[in-house]
Amino acid sequence: MTVRVQQDDFDVGAELAALTEGNHAIGGIASFVGVVREMAGDEKIGAMTLEHYPGMTERALAEIEAEARRRWPLEACLIVHRFGRLEPGDRIVMVATASAHRQAALEACAFLIDWLKTKAPFWKLEETAGGSKWVDARDTDSAATKRWIEE
Amino acid sequence: MKLLYFAWLRTKIGIGSEEIEPPEGVADVAGLLDWLKGRGDGYADALANLSLVRVAVNQEYVALDHPVAPGDEIALFPPVTGG
Repeated sequence: MTVRVQQDDFDVGAELAALTEGNHAIGGIASFVGVVREMAGDEKIGAMTLEHYPGMTERALAEIEAEARRRWPLEACLIVHRFGRLEPGDRIVMVATASAHRQAALEACAFLIDWLKTKAPFWKLEETAGGSKWVDARDTDSAATKRWIEE
Repeated sequence: MKLLYFAWLRTKIGIGSEEIEPPEGVADVAGLLDWLKGRGDGYADALANLSLVRVAVNQEYVALDHPVAPGDEIALFPPVTGG
């Protein structure tokens, strides 16, 4: 129901409270928060810059969310993704799902972050002592997405 | 048509977007990429390995045989790395 792409940080507790406020059909909430890791392989990063494709990003996230709602009985759903320059420890992304029972919320939450990583048009540029480098897509991310492909 | 370049495609080509008018024979994405490669070293370098290039036409992922038309917004970018 809610997709946001923003430069500013977000408050996880406030987001969860707003997401579920007044909906007493909800019995469980699952969330995932991605943060900037200090190490890129064996190199230490000073910061990273997230670039995205304004317009397509929002559209891709909305499609991913709609797909999750088609597959699981969700009472509420949220995707917040940041862009711009972020430092180690900073929050990058938040995904939250709420449903009557825990299984739908937990599965849909895992699905959303896996799909987002291989479908939403974001790119990370890492800054290290040796210079800046675009992050390569990881095979493990495509493998994580493949497990959700319906037979 | 409007072309958009992101991440290392943008840095290799040297610009983030441009308006172009490809010649009449360019009918699909593959033809467009072929034509773009001839526009300069930056383009040739960015498009040297098409297995690393993703294409969106009007903000939807497409394959190389997807048609292109005047007025389209066409984005070229590497595999995504968000999340």
